[in-house]
Amino acid sequence: MNPEKAPIIQMKNIEKHFGSVIALAGVSVDVFPGECHCLLGDNGAGKSTFIKTMSGVHKPTAGQIEFEGRPMHFNDPRDAISAGIATVHQHLAMIPLMSVSRNFFMGNEPEKKVGPLTLFDHDHANKVTMEEMRKMGINLRGPDQAVGTLSGGERQTVAIARAVHFGAKVLILDEPTSALGVRQTANVLATIDKVRKQGIAVVFITHNVRHAMAVGDRFTVLNRGKTLGTAQRGQITPEELQDLMAGGQELVALEGSLGGTV
Amino acid sequence: MGETAQPTPVTDERIKEISPFRKALIRPELGGMVGTVAVFTFFLLFAHDSGMFNAQGMMNWSIVSAQFMIIAVGACLLMIAGEFDLSVGSMIGFAGMMVAIFSVTLGWPVWIAITVTFVLCTAIGGLNGWIVVRTGLPSFIVTLAFLFILRGFTIFLPQTIERKTIIGGIKDVSEGDWLAPVFGGKIFGGLFEWLGDAGMIAVFERGTRKGQPVVDGLPMLIVWAIVLVIFGHILLTKTKFGNWIFASGGDAEAARNSGVPVNKVKILMFMFTAFCATVFAVCQVMEFGSAGADRGLLKEFEAIIAVVIGGALLTGGYGSVLGAALGALIFGVVQQGLFFAGVESSLFRVFLGVILLGAVILNTYIRRIITGER
Repeated sequence: MNPEKAPIIQMKNIEKHFGSVIALAGVSVDVFPGECHCLLGDNGAGKSTFIKTMSGVHKPTAGQIEFEGRPMHFNDPRDAISAGIATVHQHLAMIPLMSVSRNFFMGNEPEKKVGPLTLFDHDHANKVTMEEMRKMGINLRGPDQAVGTLSGGERQTVAIARAVHFGAKVLILDEPTSALGVRQTANVLATIDKVRKQGIAVVFITHNVRHAMAVGDRFTVLNRGKTLGTAQRGQITPEELQDLMAGGQELVALEGSLGGTV
Repeated sequence: MGETAQPTPVTDERIKEISPFRKALIRPELGGMVGTVAVFTFFLLFAHDSGMFNAQGMMNWSIVSAQFMIIAVGACLLMIAGEFDLSVGSMIGFAGMMVAIFSVTLGWPVWIAITVTFVLCTAIGGLNGWIVVRTGLPSFIVTLAFLFILRGFTIFLPQTIERKTIIGGIKDVSEGDWLAPVFGGKIFGGLFEWLGDAGMIAVFERGTRKGQPVVDGLPMLIVWAIVLVIFGHILLTKTKFGNWIFASGGDAEAARNSGVPVNKVKILMFMFTAFCATVFAVCQVMEFGSAGADRGLLKEFEAIIAVVIGGALLTGGYGSVLGAALGALIFGVVQQGLFFAGVESSLFRVFLGVILLGAVILNTYIRRIITGER
């Protein structure tokens, strides 16, 4: 974490209103390349709205987004994707009945000319898929293995590898670990670490403090559409994060009775 | 996760070796192949001396199979893209009637009648698809509506214009037309004549056609079936668009997230299905020389059953054009084979139901193997 590094995305005083509901009331976050920025918050804190604003799904009601130092106005998610902001959704990322290789290149199919025909270059796709999967530590039976046979963690990893392969500079992970078991969570966290080391900015949304502490470089807590500030690694303890997420007092009392296991 | 820095893909102890049998089982064509072998074995055993396997007999069931194949290719790609078209049968009747009205009643040149019919029917297919993707309604309902709408027009129009439900005389008006033989003609006449002279196939013993082979050429219907199957197979398995078809049917939302133009894919597949139905209709009209308001009844279900026997999942995202073609072949052979074997033809429907049920159960089992669901 060197201080002179420039942020790749700056979200400045983002506000988002849905009719009379204020979902975001002035949130500012800087995301740096090569870092994992954890976005924490309880349900309804505005995490989803915030990342949807970042990935071009919503337009902010007020505030500014700067991408690589220039103001950006995304009209739709395609704009954000072509700029290099990729979102990996918890579900809806992979198609179980299709092979890993077909999934990997879905929407970005490599082509080759055979006589008058332009065909899907399966050889190239298979080769690249096997290589990328090996890099991520997933051993496939073959590139034609169906995604349905992979575990939830492996699917997340394939989706992440795909986003990285196609040039994502910012990777937004929407609760990638919330539905996973212990071992699979560890796999995904290890993948996040690998991706970060390649110089890609990772925005990791979670409501699990321990998952955040495992890989996070910076932590931003959202509560009721407001940010309670960004802390760097080492400046904050898990307990403090937990308190911030829950809005303080009540959980302290609750946690006492639960023996600090929340 | 162990740091797997090995340079070569190594076997992982967590990955169970799967047997070649299981591997073969997840190929969508498997059911179709087994069925084809079974059906041919059955009829070779029980109907070999009935004339089913001489030149005329083979041409007989080949034509019926080819008819099924033409509509099965369209239904197959559409089903893999995640939609159904129940209006195929009505489209066949409607398209045939349009050709007849344009060429016979209105007196247009046949090639214009055929071209306009293709444009009109493909556009109606596109309308089907547009309504489905726009409203988000199940294609089952939308195309069911078109099943009735198109059939209604197919009966209404000739009754109003000609006061009858069958329009004939197409053979006369298509005399000398350049496009009509593309659907109603035969090719390789010389080859069959040579085969007849060489004694490989039977020739007529007497009558005006004495000395000519009993089968005088390959009907264009069969050529269309073969061309459409090859086109569909290459499109589905070897092109970018094929990947989009699988993706659109597998999970439309995930496909959209990855930038696949799902709506466009689905609308195009509805149009292609309508195109196939029109090919069927025009071939039939050219062969019979007439268009009837009851043509194509129940064809939509027969197409869907052929596709399902071919290994496609009703829920979309998985299937094979070659499998669907084999499904169509099984159909044609059984339907005509029962006739040759002297079995009551209504039993064909019993067979249809039984084989449909068997195929769907097999497919569900295969799906579980692929996706690892339990």
